[in-house]
Amino acid sequence: MTQAKHVPGAGSSAALASERARKEMLRDARIERRGGPRPRIGADALCEALLLQGSTSIWGYPGGVILPLYDVLVDHPGLRHILVRHEQAAAHAADGYARASGKVGVCLGTSGPGATNLVTGIGTSMLDSVPVVAITGNVPGVLLGKDAFQEIDITGITLPMTKHNYLVRSADEIPHVIAEAFHIARSGRPGPVHVDITKDALMGETSAPHPTQEEVEAGLPGYRPKMDGNARQIKLLADAIAAAKRPLILAGHGVLIAHGERELLELARQAQIPIAWTLLGIGVVDESDPLAYGYMGMHGWKHVNRAIQSSDLLIGIGMRYDDRVTGNVRTFAPSAKIVHIDIDPAEIGKNVVADIPIVGDAKRVLEALLPMTERVDPAARATYFTELATWRKESESSAWHGSGGWRDGVLSADFVVERIAAGSGYDANLTADVGQNQMWVARYGGFKRANSHLSSGGLGTMGFALPAAMGAAIGTPEKTSWAIAGDGGFQMTLQELATIVQERIPVKIALMDNKKLGMIRQWQEIVYAGNYHSEQLAGPDYLKLCEAYGLPAWKVAKPEEVDAAVAGALAVDGPALIWFEIAERQNVYPMMPAGKGLSDLIDKWGDDGEDVTEGASGPRLDPTDPNAPKGGAE
Amino acid sequence: MSGAPNSAAGAAPARALPGSGDERRHLIVAIVNNRPGVLNRVASLMRARNFNIESLAVSATERSDTSRMTLTIVGDEVHVEQATKQLYKLIDVLKVQDVTDEAIVEHELALIKVRVTGKSRPEVVSIAEMHRGRVVDLSDDAVIVEIVGEPSEVDRVVELLREFGIKELVRTGSVVMSRGSGSIEEQVKR
Ligand SMILES: Cc1ncc(C[n+]2csc(CCOP(=O)(O)OP(=O)(O)O)c2C)c(N)n1
Ligand SMILES: [Mg+2]
Repeated sequence: MTQAKHVPGAGSSAALASERARKEMLRDARIERRGGPRPRIGADALCEALLLQGSTSIWGYPGGVILPLYDVLVDHPGLRHILVRHEQAAAHAADGYARASGKVGVCLGTSGPGATNLVTGIGTSMLDSVPVVAITGNVPGVLLGKDAFQEIDITGITLPMTKHNYLVRSADEIPHVIAEAFHIARSGRPGPVHVDITKDALMGETSAPHPTQEEVEAGLPGYRPKMDGNARQIKLLADAIAAAKRPLILAGHGVLIAHGERELLELARQAQIPIAWTLLGIGVVDESDPLAYGYMGMHGWKHVNRAIQSSDLLIGIGMRYDDRVTGNVRTFAPSAKIVHIDIDPAEIGKNVVADIPIVGDAKRVLEALLPMTERVDPAARATYFTELATWRKESESSAWHGSGGWRDGVLSADFVVERIAAGSGYDANLTADVGQNQMWVARYGGFKRANSHLSSGGLGTMGFALPAAMGAAIGTPEKTSWAIAGDGGFQMTLQELATIVQERIPVKIALMDNKKLGMIRQWQEIVYAGNYHSEQLAGPDYLKLCEAYGLPAWKVAKPEEVDAAVAGALAVDGPALIWFEIAERQNVYPMMPAGKGLSDLIDKWGDDGEDVTEGASGPRLDPTDPNAPKGGAE
Repeated sequence: MSGAPNSAAGAAPARALPGSGDERRHLIVAIVNNRPGVLNRVASLMRARNFNIESLAVSATERSDTSRMTLTIVGDEVHVEQATKQLYKLIDVLKVQDVTDEAIVEHELALIKVRVTGKSRPEVVSIAEMHRGRVVDLSDDAVIVEIVGEPSEVDRVVELLREFGIKELVRTGSVVMSRGSGSIEEQVKR
C-alpha cells in the first residue's frame, strides 16, 4: 500500500476511511442502478419507515448526498415525491400539508445549501407548533467536521428551532429514529423534528427492524407530555366561571390541535361564555355562531379587544398570550383573572402571570371541566351580552374597516377576501401570506370549519402562502385550496408556479396586488410619519407570467368583476391565478401600535379615504389590458 | 365610546410582568441522557431564552447512560421556574429540580496557584490547612492550594490568598446533593 503523505494521519484507519469517502463523493455520477434483487440499505429503511408512519408524500429536492434515497424511491411506489423549485417551498408545503390534514408533513433536502434552504420553513413550523419531519442528507460520517463539499453544521443550526433533532450516522439507527421523530413531532405540543442522515448511513446495508409504538415511547423516558389537567385546578376554574360576570374564552391553535372544538362550544353554550380567537385559533368555532365573538389582538376587531379589556375572567385555551394578542402586558385586561390552559408547561407564566394555570391537553381539560361547570341562563348575562352586541355593531359598521360598500368603484382587499370565501362556500382552505393580506384573510374570511385557515403566525414568513397551499391541496384533496398572497410575498416563492403546473396541484391563487409592501407602507405612514422607503414594489405582468408558466389566469380591477373571476378559477380543473389589482393604500384597521395596549387601537389615520381613490400607481414593468381572462395551457 | 375601559384611566393597577420579583441565586440539578450534544442543547437553550448561567458542572452519575448537570442561575422565582420548564422540554432531559431551598450539601472545588517566597510559603500553607485545604503542588516560587467547600468558603480562601499574588485560579462551580436518603437519580422515570 502506498502511503499518501499529504493525508493527515496518513495510514491510520481513520485517514483511509476518510480518503475512501472522499473518492466515493467524487464518484457519484458513476453509481449504476442495480437490477434485480439487491440488499436493503438505509435509504430503503427510511422509505419503509415513512410509509409505516402513514406518509404518502414527500416534498423535496435532490442533491449529492441524498441521491442514494432517490436511487431507491422507485422501489417504494407508495411514496409520492413532489419536486419543488426551492427547498424553502418543500418545508412550507410539508407544513401546509400538516396544518390542513392534521398529519405529519415530510420534507427533504440535500446537505449544505439544500438544508439551509429548509431552515425558514422549519422555523415557521416551530413557532406555530406544526408537526413536520424534515430530512436532510449529510456528508459521509468520516468527513463530518472537515468542511467537506456541501457540509454545514445543520443540526447545530436547527437545534434551537426544532422540537428535537438527530444526526444519524448508521443505517441501523434509521428505523428507530424516524419512528421516534414522528412520535415527537405529532404528540404533546407538536413541532418540527429534523433528521440529518449521513450519506454512508443511507447507503449502508441494514436489517434493523422497525420499532413498535410501545418501543418508541419506552425509549423516551424524558418525554411524557402531560395530557390531563390537575383536577383541583379545573375545579378552581369551574368556580371562577360560576363567579364571573364578564367571562371570555380566548381560544388558540391548541384547541384545534387537540380536536377540542366540540367541547369548546359545549362549554361556551353551557356557561354562556363568548369565544374570541387568536390568529391561529381561527376556525375553532363557526364564525356565524351567536357565541363566536371574533378575532382579537393587534389587528383584531375592536369590539373583541374591548371585551378583553373589560373582562373579569379570561379563559385562555391553547394559546400563548403572545405580544400580538396582549399588546403591553401591563395594561392588558386590567380587571381580569387570567386562566391559562396549555399542554406546554413552559407557556404558563412565560408572557403573563396566570391566576389559574392548568397544564394539559385542551380537549381533555375541557372534557373534565364540563361536568363541573354549572349551566348558566343566558338571561343572567343580559347586561353583558347587550353591551357586547352594541360594541360589535359599532365596530362592524365603522366605515374604516371597509366591509361592504366601503367605497364605490374601488377594489378593496376585504371585499375580495369576502367574495373568495363566499364563492368557495366557506369550505375552502384559505392560506394567507404575511402582511396586510394576512390580516384581511384573518378578519374577513368568515371561517366555519376547523383547520381551514392557514397562516404563518409566529414567524410571519413572507412567501408562505403558495407553497403551504400546495401542501394543503395534497393533504386535503377533497377541499379547494386558495393561496391568498400579497405581491411581495408572492414574489418570494412564485417559482412554485412551475411545481403546481408540473404536478397538477389544484391551488387557486389570489394575488392581492397593491404594488406595495402594504404593511410596511402602513407602518411608515402611521408610525414613521409618512417617511416612506422601499415600500414601492415593481412586479411583472402577472398574466404574461402565468402564460409563461402555463397557468390559467384572470386580472380583476373592479369590484363587479370579482365573482366571475372566482367562479372561473374554481371551474378550472387544476391550478389557476387571479390577479386582483386592489386599492393601493388601503390600511388594515384597527391597529395596535407596537408597545401600546389593547385599549390604544388606532381606528383610522388621517384621511386615507382620499388616498385610496388616488390613482397613483407603483412602478409596473409592463402594464396590460385589465380583465382579460387569459388562459395558458388548460 | 361609552364603556370602553381606557388604559389611561388608571383604575386598575398595572399587571405584573412575569420575572419581575426579587432575584436570588438558584441551584438547579438536571439528570440528562449521556449522549453527544446534550450539553450543547442545554447551553443553547439557556442562551436563546436569555437565562444567565453563573456556573455549570457536568459529570457522570451512577448509571452510564445518564449524566448530571448542576446549574446556578440568578433570577426571581418565575424566571427560574421558566428555566426549569424549558429544560424539561428537551427530550434528553430526564429530571430537573430546583434544590435551592432544600436541605443539601453544596460544594465546589478550587485550585489556586499562589506566588510564594521562602518566607511567605509557610503562611500560605497554614491558611490552606486552616480552611481544610491541601497543598497539592510545591515549587520554588509557587504552590497550588486545593480547597473544597461551600462557595463562600472558597471565596474566603481566595480572598486571603490574594495578597500573596494569585497566578492562576480554577473553580469547578457548585455540585450539590440532597441530604437524607432521597435521590434524584432514583426519581428518574424509566
Ligand atoms: C421573509 C420576510 N421578510 C420581511 C418581512 C417583513 N414584512 C412583513 S409584512 C411585509 C410587506 C408584505 O408585502 P406584501 O407581500 O405585498 O403584502 P401586503 O402587506 O401588501 O398585503 C414585510 C416586508 C416578513 N414578514 N417576512
Ligand atoms: Mg403588497
